Amino acid sequence: MSDAIAQAPGARTRENYWRTNAAKRRVRRRYAADRRLQYYGLGSIGLAIVLLGILFSSLIFSGYVAFFTTKIGLTIYLDPNVIDKANPGAANYRKMARNAFFTYFPEVTSPMERRQLGKSLSSGAPYVVRNYVIAHPEEIGDLVDIKVPLSDPFDQLSKGVIPREIDALSGDRVALFNVLKRRGVLHVENDKAYVKADVYINPGDVPEGDVEAADYQRMVDEAFRTFYMRAHSRAYEEILSQDVASAVKARVLADPALVGKTIQVNLPLSKHYDNLARTGEAKVLNPRFSSEKDLQWFDSLKKRGLLTTHFTWELFFNADSRFPELAGLSGALTGSFLALLVCFLLSFPIGIATAVYLEEFAPKTRWTDFIEVNINNLAAVPSVVFGLLGLAVFLNVFGLPRSVPLVGGMVLALMTLPTIIVATRAALKAVPPSIREGGYGVGASKHQVMLHHVLPLALPGILTGTIIGLAQALGETAPLLLIGMNAFIPSIENMGLLQPAMALPTQIFSWADSPERGFVSRTSAAILILLSFLIIMNAIAVYLRQRVERKW
Amino acid sequence: MLSYLILVLLLLILAGFALGHRKALAVGATSDVRMHSLAGYHGWYVAALVGIPSFVLVLLWLLFQGPVVDWLLIGSLPKEGVDGLDKGQLDLLISQIKSVAAGNIFGDPDAVVLEAADRYNRWNTIADWALFVLAVAVALAGIALAQQRISARFRARNTVELVMSGLMIACSLIAILTTFGIVASLLYESLRFFDKVSVAEFLTGLNWEPQIPIREGQVTAGGAFGAIPVFAGTLLIALIAMVVATPIGLFAAVYLTEYASSKFRSVIKPLLEILAGIPTVVYGFFAVLTVAPAIRNIGQAMGFEIAPNSAFAAGAVMGIMLIPFISSLSDDAIASVPQSMRDGSYALGATKGETITKVLLPSALPGIMGGVLLAASRAIGETMIVVMAAGIIASLTFNPFEPVTTVTVQIMTLLTGDTEFDNPKTLAAFALGLVLFLSTLVLNIIALRIVQKYREQYE
Repeated sequence: MSDAIAQAPGARTRENYWRTNAAKRRVRRRYAADRRLQYYGLGSIGLAIVLLGILFSSLIFSGYVAFFTTKIGLTIYLDPNVIDKANPGAANYRKMARNAFFTYFPEVTSPMERRQLGKSLSSGAPYVVRNYVIAHPEEIGDLVDIKVPLSDPFDQLSKGVIPREIDALSGDRVALFNVLKRRGVLHVENDKAYVKADVYINPGDVPEGDVEAADYQRMVDEAFRTFYMRAHSRAYEEILSQDVASAVKARVLADPALVGKTIQVNLPLSKHYDNLARTGEAKVLNPRFSSEKDLQWFDSLKKRGLLTTHFTWELFFNADSRFPELAGLSGALTGSFLALLVCFLLSFPIGIATAVYLEEFAPKTRWTDFIEVNINNLAAVPSVVFGLLGLAVFLNVFGLPRSVPLVGGMVLALMTLPTIIVATRAALKAVPPSIREGGYGVGASKHQVMLHHVLPLALPGILTGTIIGLAQALGETAPLLLIGMNAFIPSIENMGLLQPAMALPTQIFSWADSPERGFVSRTSAAILILLSFLIIMNAIAVYLRQRVERKW
Repeated sequence: MLSYLILVLLLLILAGFALGHRKALAVGATSDVRMHSLAGYHGWYVAALVGIPSFVLVLLWLLFQGPVVDWLLIGSLPKEGVDGLDKGQLDLLISQIKSVAAGNIFGDPDAVVLEAADRYNRWNTIADWALFVLAVAVALAGIALAQQRISARFRARNTVELVMSGLMIACSLIAILTTFGIVASLLYESLRFFDKVSVAEFLTGLNWEPQIPIREGQVTAGGAFGAIPVFAGTLLIALIAMVVATPIGLFAAVYLTEYASSKFRSVIKPLLEILAGIPTVVYGFFAVLTVAPAIRNIGQAMGFEIAPNSAFAAGAVMGIMLIPFISSLSDDAIASVPQSMRDGSYALGATKGETITKVLLPSALPGIMGGVLLAASRAIGETMIVVMAAGIIASLTFNPFEPVTTVTVQIMTLLTGDTEFDNPKTLAAFALGLVLFLSTLVLNIIALRIVQKYREQYE
């Protein structure tokens, strides 16, 4: 009986069950699902890596220009009558630099034009000259060649970051304009663009038949409004030139019988839209420049080969400045170095001592459990809370000064401690018990085994963790902002643990906030420098982990 | 002055070590009993006795010198000048005296102020010298005392080891002190805030306008401290971040643990980790420079207006930051599912995909959930991305294309610039900080519990 069922046509026999089309389809579907999951995985990884790539390339793309500065050579006579040898810093270098610059343009004489021309030169140029003189006092009385930077807009123009002209109309204006174009009401006659509109001369807008006082603007508006579905947008009002109403008025005045009729009128476009209709683009001078003359001067300098491009050493050796072409990172680098030094000096010994105690000495009690829970939680406390702690305790209770690297380093040390403790404990755990037992076997005390044998063997692991912790600390911004470590530091002469300072990430933050265009590329460049520091630190950590750390 | 003192003390410690070492050697050479400890331990003993008390003294002195001198200064001011001043005016007077004392004389200060500044400088000089003399005296006394105790029978090693253990315990207390400091400072300032603004208003109010008059008679908005819009904005941005990060991180982890060859894995994993190592200020700038304009342009092309500081831009960038976080925690969770469960599933004829979705993911779910919760706590506490890319005005909206503000943004805006600690505007930041600390703490504890419990299950 069972055989009979098994042999019935289409029944699920052992031989043919997997061969039916339905079963094959099922298997195909199942494997398709498997492949789909793989594709999702690959897609996610690909997306993450593409995003990483976009991040880096956008930073590099916007940042690399900051590594180059456009300069112009000035020939300056260091007049000993003007520069006091005893006090060379006090002379009027602004006048000197500008006069030297004006010799390139003898034709520019009026004070107003000269003022405008002077703006092509960086406002920091006098300081460059002054620093040169202070560094080379023996050259007073000589004719010297000094390269000074151009001001930010011209520097950016020379590097091709900003265009000479920008679009006069925003994207949504152009979109509105394109609606008109698609409707076919635009046409160009005698080098002028018009909208062909049917204007209804509404008797309601002609008060008491007085065609002189009629509201023609309103009629035009009404006619024009039919072109747009979204008539509430006010942008259409700009499209027409101001005198459309008078064009209609002229027609009606000539023939008052038109009132109450619909007439076809060519409405002229306003300037930018007119350009757009005729030439396909509407450009205006980049508002960074005050007039076309700026560009003429720039072109003439360029044609004469007076402009040279230099590597921006200022980025590394200058301190912060309000002029982007002169702003540098030396203050921020010094501040970050001091804060990290404090952070290291505090967190390294304290972290190791804590880890050694918890791992090797502490009895397993509720108390040590509590310490461990505390450390684990500290690792996950948001960094801004550490900033609040620094503000409330270090600044308010202890009365330490604001903005100083000492406090910054202390806050960073508290944040770095958990990382170092966890890494140290892992490194201590990795040292095999045989080492300890060998030490005890020859009669060493617990402390001696620890200090003489276990810690030296665990040191590479500890250092790896420490470097990773310091790399994190180098990138921390929020707690440093809260304790005010974003002071404006125009010179690094007076920097110290107890002097106001700036750190690399806070410098990035404050440059990112600056309105000048030049600071965008400076910010990206600063980020690239920060990232290269982080990459170097992490590379050292990886090297230590792979080469020096012993595998047991 | 202080740096000289520290230098002198360090030299004294060195001298102490050398003296102890030498004396121990001398004692050992003449004594007929064998020395209990090596000479080095005697040296360390002297050094510890020199260094620890004197440095503790310096630390305590520095902590209390400022407040004590201030207190003396206030006491010394003429009665008729001080009476009738409220706390703010008194603080102003004191800071004026201090700035005059530091040599920054603006305008024409009062004779009283000049005199007080003079006194202030004199007292501080006296205090500095007193500290110097006292600390050096303590250090010298330490040398003398310790030298005396050096003898053949003296158990210097045990004492030094005891001191070392004590120092280690003191260091491990710092973790607790930090937590205590966080809780205490947040609670203290929050309580001062709740004196001025009721808890109910803070937790349930729908209006957040912290810009209150700072000076008497200044006309500004009324000052409302209803934090609901701030919390809502935080949750909105964190939610967007999680929606971006969770699927990408999870799928990446599944592929890396189950499908990828070990070579692929060893290349891709570090690349993903780079995302986690980038400082958040960089992400913030990336959001402002690239992501927000891109989103705006896409929106414009599709015909609707997106704010340049929309919640979506900040949340999406935060999501990118969290991808490696979720992927590595999910990776751990999936990898720790025992091989026997995979083998069982394959033995039943399941495909790899079915094994993953029907066996591995359900068993790894607690671990993955823990990771997601940890990531969420990060998203809530993340500061720089939102400070740079999100809004400042609190508006109660769930539209991701509108600007919203977050707890961390408010903390930063309230505390940068003027930091007088007696107006609710500044104190509000601490109340927000308390809420932030507590919520991330709860999330972390739950997440760690889940992860731990789950780990025990398979071990």
